[in-house]
Amino acid sequence: MDFIIEGFRKAFILILNLDAELLGIILLSLKVSGTALLIAALIGIPLSAVIGLKNFPAKGFIISLMNTFMGLPPVVVGLFIFMLLSRAGPFGFMELLYTPSAMIIAQTILAFPIVASLCHSAIVGVNPIIKQASMTLGATPFQVAITIIKEARYGIMSGVIAALGRLMAEVGAILIVGGNIAGYTRVMTTTIAMETGKGDFELALALGIILLTISLFINAVLYFIQKKGIVKK
Amino acid sequence: MIKEKTKLAIASTTSIQNSGLFDILIPTYEKSTKYNVKVEVIAVGTGKAIRLAKKGGADLLFVHDPFREEKFVAEGYGVNRRPVMHNSFVIIGIAKDPADIKEAKNAVEAFELIAETGSPFVSRGDDSGTNIKELDLWEDAGINPKGKGWYFEAGAKMGDTLLMADQKKAYTLSDMGTFLNYEQKIDLKILFQDDPMLKNQYSIIAINPDRFPNVKYREAMDFIAFVTSNEGQLLIANYKKNGVNLFYPDAVPSVMTKTNRREKNET
Repeated sequence: MDFIIEGFRKAFILILNLDAELLGIILLSLKVSGTALLIAALIGIPLSAVIGLKNFPAKGFIISLMNTFMGLPPVVVGLFIFMLLSRAGPFGFMELLYTPSAMIIAQTILAFPIVASLCHSAIVGVNPIIKQASMTLGATPFQVAITIIKEARYGIMSGVIAALGRLMAEVGAILIVGGNIAGYTRVMTTTIAMETGKGDFELALALGIILLTISLFINAVLYFIQKKGIVKK
Repeated sequence: MIKEKTKLAIASTTSIQNSGLFDILIPTYEKSTKYNVKVEVIAVGTGKAIRLAKKGGADLLFVHDPFREEKFVAEGYGVNRRPVMHNSFVIIGIAKDPADIKEAKNAVEAFELIAETGSPFVSRGDDSGTNIKELDLWEDAGINPKGKGWYFEAGAKMGDTLLMADQKKAYTLSDMGTFLNYEQKIDLKILFQDDPMLKNQYSIIAINPDRFPNVKYREAMDFIAFVTSNEGQLLIANYKKNGVNLFYPDAVPSVMTKTNRREKNET
């Protein structure tokens, strides 16, 4: 038991001192997951609006596919990106393996189905009267889409934040494609995995506490947004 | 009535475990010993193995970091340290050898050349025996590679480090055994070897029964006696991969010359 108490004590000292190494690891986590989320949202939200508002063949199939990919195992995504980016692979010439860019690519793929699928649900859930009303008022299809996205904003934000929660906690894909290189591709989750393996629990615990705090914050925001959305309706 | 077997825990390194040597040593030992024991190997990096042993989590320590081993004994955690075997570290890199380390006079100069040319180098960065040896070489070269753009600390096992070095077309320091295991999978070659500095010395230490009364001290000493005996040393001397010796016995070095002589007679 002693080593657990001692571990927590040292972990809190590390957090309070927040040295450059620890801060760098936290910032890189936020940068990688944040960038991946931004890219996934910029593509995912417009796409989910198109899928939600237009009728086209294979629509049902695409929605099922998005829902399935929400549960993509990170290690499988990692393996796939690793093979594509490795020197023998088709994109090997770009020399992206074991770089933060590779980590962003992998996390974008993980985030995209979550953003697209949850945003699609939010957009489909908007009262159809709004679509009809704006069309009656002479809105162009683009203006109709904007109106509906605005109406569905709480649901969309929930989807985006749910995706961020998954990215921040993810270790399988970024460990494979990033390689956990110190000061370069080492993030919170990969550090925790490595330090635990080494038997150094203090830094792992400190990062675990910080990671949980960030998750708690993200979920508090999510709860707040969802509550606001319900009250508004 | 069959008595329950006593568990004998050896804290050791991944390099011995991966080499497959334990699969030869342990069954032979369990059959030949007068004790009724079951040997369990906890294979982790040298740093973790030592920390584990310091908490009394093992009966024996079988690692490769002479400096920290001596400290371990001096601090009273272990007794009866015996050198068992050695092999060598090798410097690995792409055949093109951009830093021209093939021409280096010794391992320290090879490291200097890598740093001077800024050629990529992947470090284990995991506090393992190999990592410690690598850091010693940098220190001898008077170079602090940490934070340099060409220096990558993988924080990974030897195999993963070799794969990363392969992808990055980088240099790295590896133990001979693991490299031979990965040779077919990667494009990297041995570019520098045969320097006394690159000797990789493995020793075995019994955990001090005075400090940890629960350790199986008698069985531990019996195991040490076995691996340093003619029989144990001969098993080590005869253990090969792709026709290459992985380890060279140190407790009874003469068994090596005997095996070699026998081979020469056979051919």
